[in-house]
Amino acid sequence: MTRYVLKRLLLTIPVLLGTIFLVFTIMSLTPGDPGTLILGATAKAEDIAKLNAEFGYDQPFFARFFNYVGDIVLHFDFGESYRTRAPVFDEILARFPNTLRLALLSMVISSAIGTFLGIYSAVKQYSFVDSFMTVMAMVFACMPGFWLGLMLMLLFAVRLQWLPVSGLENWQSYILPVVTSVLSGAAGTLRLTRSTMLETIRQDYIRTARAKGASERTVIWRHAFKNALLPVITSWGMGFGASLGGTIIIETVFAIPGLGTLIVTAIRQKDVPTVLACTLFLSVMFCLIMLVVDILYAFIDPRVKAKMK
Amino acid sequence: MGQETNTREYKKYKKESQVREIWRRFRKSRVAMIGLILLACIILVAIFADVITPYERAIEQHGADRFTPPCGQYLFGTDHLGRDMFARIVHGSRYSLLIGISTSLLSLVIGGLIGAFCGYYGGAFDNLVMRLMDVLMSVPPVLLSLAVVAALGADLKNLLVAMTISCVPGTVRLVRSVVISVADQDYIEAAHSYGGGDWRIILKYVLPNAMGPIIVSTTMNISAMILSAAGLSFIGMGVQPPAPEWGSLLNESRAHMFEAPYLLYVPGICILLTALGFNLVGDGLRDALDPKLKD
Amino acid sequence: MEKEKFLEVRNLKVVYQTDAATVHAVNHISFSLARGETLGLVGETGAGKTTTALSILRLLPERTARIQEGEILFEGNSLLPLSEAEMRKIRGEKISMIFQDPMTALNPVIPVGRQIAESLILHNEQGLSRDAIEELVEKSLEMVGIPASRKGEYPHQFSGGMKQRVVIAIALACNPDLLIADEPTTALDVTIQAQVLRMMKDLRERLGTAMIMITHDLGIVAQICDYVGVMYAGEIVEYGRMEDIFDAPRHHPYTLGLFGSIPDLESDARRLTPIEGLTPDPSNLPSGCKFSPRCPQCRDVCRQKAPDIWQNGQHRIACHLYSGKEAQT
Repeated sequence: MTRYVLKRLLLTIPVLLGTIFLVFTIMSLTPGDPGTLILGATAKAEDIAKLNAEFGYDQPFFARFFNYVGDIVLHFDFGESYRTRAPVFDEILARFPNTLRLALLSMVISSAIGTFLGIYSAVKQYSFVDSFMTVMAMVFACMPGFWLGLMLMLLFAVRLQWLPVSGLENWQSYILPVVTSVLSGAAGTLRLTRSTMLETIRQDYIRTARAKGASERTVIWRHAFKNALLPVITSWGMGFGASLGGTIIIETVFAIPGLGTLIVTAIRQKDVPTVLACTLFLSVMFCLIMLVVDILYAFIDPRVKAKMK
Repeated sequence: MGQETNTREYKKYKKESQVREIWRRFRKSRVAMIGLILLACIILVAIFADVITPYERAIEQHGADRFTPPCGQYLFGTDHLGRDMFARIVHGSRYSLLIGISTSLLSLVIGGLIGAFCGYYGGAFDNLVMRLMDVLMSVPPVLLSLAVVAALGADLKNLLVAMTISCVPGTVRLVRSVVISVADQDYIEAAHSYGGGDWRIILKYVLPNAMGPIIVSTTMNISAMILSAAGLSFIGMGVQPPAPEWGSLLNESRAHMFEAPYLLYVPGICILLTALGFNLVGDGLRDALDPKLKD
Repeated sequence: MEKEKFLEVRNLKVVYQTDAATVHAVNHISFSLARGETLGLVGETGAGKTTTALSILRLLPERTARIQEGEILFEGNSLLPLSEAEMRKIRGEKISMIFQDPMTALNPVIPVGRQIAESLILHNEQGLSRDAIEELVEKSLEMVGIPASRKGEYPHQFSGGMKQRVVIAIALACNPDLLIADEPTTALDVTIQAQVLRMMKDLRERLGTAMIMITHDLGIVAQICDYVGVMYAGEIVEYGRMEDIFDAPRHHPYTLGLFGSIPDLESDARRLTPIEGLTPDPSNLPSGCKFSPRCPQCRDVCRQKAPDIWQNGQHRIACHLYSGKEAQT
């Protein structure tokens, strides 16, 4: 198992490098150079050139890329912001915990709720509860998260005044953003869990278990659950990706000082280093979660474990 | 000669009866039919938007009628500039459908070709492409779109490009895996032994037989694309005002949510219903195409 | 002399109700079995053999299948009125089943040893200790010819024949009184088929288990069965001792057809005569004798009236050819 984890970790490195390269390339498509962006088009040409040299912008693309990666690996330096001229990393570090907390909380709660309700729904197939949950899941999965956030805000913060409208001052202010993203996330997980569970229940080995005289509960939890869990685990990881994406938008709704709001502001201000670094941070987080998910997967599925040895 | 016409007739007949059978099964699901009717309504509204109300009404500003709550004259009220929300909503449907459908189809064509190629040939090219897709997929889709929009600038065209890019990796993977499973079947082997060319085999035998899951996932993609487009427009990174895209309507109205909350209700419900329509139809199609899944 | 009826199926009728149609899977079949005997149920795919087996274990799909008529008596007690909990005590312990496809019958994420142990733990009335159960697991693996050291391995690490052995070990773990084997060798290579069959025969002799062997292979029947029921369209069209089926002069035309479709090494292989036509659609069965549309000896009466049963000792044939005729002695 340790070998598998190590191997999987090593495999993550090229993907991360690839991700950096991808995002770096996309961002380098931004028209204009830092000098002009910061000083404005009316500034003197030599000042602009000087500033560009300071940002390393006078060098060819690949040199810039390798410098960028080198700075990250060696000094944990993600460059400096065009706007504040301060290291981007400081700003990110101040906001990162908020985003991480929101995304992780949403992922954990929505995975747990979604998986449990999905199994319940599948076991009670054709019942009223099942139909009800299927419909609700469908509706919440199709509901734009930011709109749901706005509606919840209107109801609980504006009308009823139970919860704070925005910001992230105390634990109450986490409730609305987390609930918003949990409702969408759990809906997706529920639908997937339900359908994989239904498929699993039809498998021959479930009938074998019944023929042994196993009770319905044993059949569901011991035999079906573990098998149905495999695709569901992957969906937890993907759900985390979705909730990261969702968080960016939900942060805007609730004016939460996280990476999402930072990236949106940075895009408006054409602050390329900040956008680049935020994107990288979020992607790396996603990669790491997928890594954990993969390892979890191997723990459960002996076939994968055997293949990876 | 006569034999060949016969075979062709038979094939046509078979295809027709297959479609009819799928339709029969689809029709039986009440939920899927609700989705279909929903979609039909929305598509009709989008097509006949100019007949329902001229585009000018969607951008005309009536300073005197700012923040009029819903009434006879303004069915959904007016916004902070006195624009008719009803007209804006009606014309906004075009954006959502255009974005959702075009990005999904575009990514289907691009991803489909790449995926079919990879799945059919395998080898080094497949390996390279799949690693590239791994990288693309390691960036959450919304973030990837956002990065592209950030670099290229926020407008409709760039939004389409950005969202297509974020949608392609999933399609490549799906088509690849479906093609691999189909290409393993005996009838493909048989087609080879008749000496069919590779592309001919892919287009004539592999893709048609792999169509089911691909159609379903494209339908589902449209729904997802509509949602993310609305999200991006909402944070100002998609369709730009004054274009009445539903997400950007919400973005504009958000600042006035306290005095005019009614401005928020309708666009959200419209996005929800459109996404729901595609999703329900996709679900129905999946059940209709693969009857095993339903008892 | 009336034999001791250990399992008795009386007038069983099972239908599957789907939105589109009512499928008549099993139509009024009756048979009985004594302790230690083996009954072969033969017939084409869709003849209702598996449905019959699942009815005995009451494992038919809940929503669609219904036992409409009939009775199933096991050791003199009716199984149909039993509650789920009472039924669970019988499944695996008294009656167990070997399923058709060994590739899918085992849970892929549980080691095979644990899957065998599960039956033992579920039916652990004597209160065996964990070690004792482990010992039994090892013993049953060895009994089916798998080294006990492999008990911690997962199904994907075994070949098809080995998996079938594991499936058999699971079914036999609690020394059941009745074993239902649903085409236990169909998915296997011919050489492995022979091995598995020999093993099952051995086990039956050693443990004295009664068996219902479901198959479409008359060769297997000849090797292992005491009694044979030939099923067609949910009915038993011919029933008798093995000798009756293989040697007696009178047969149901369908049975003859079945024999005709076996390649025989001794006779000329070119004379292979498959039965014309297809098995009838069980949601739309023909009237009269259900075999009439395919029967080479079909007469008018066959299309109108269901045949009576001709009986000679334990040999029964449901066919108009013999109705009213005296049993030959």
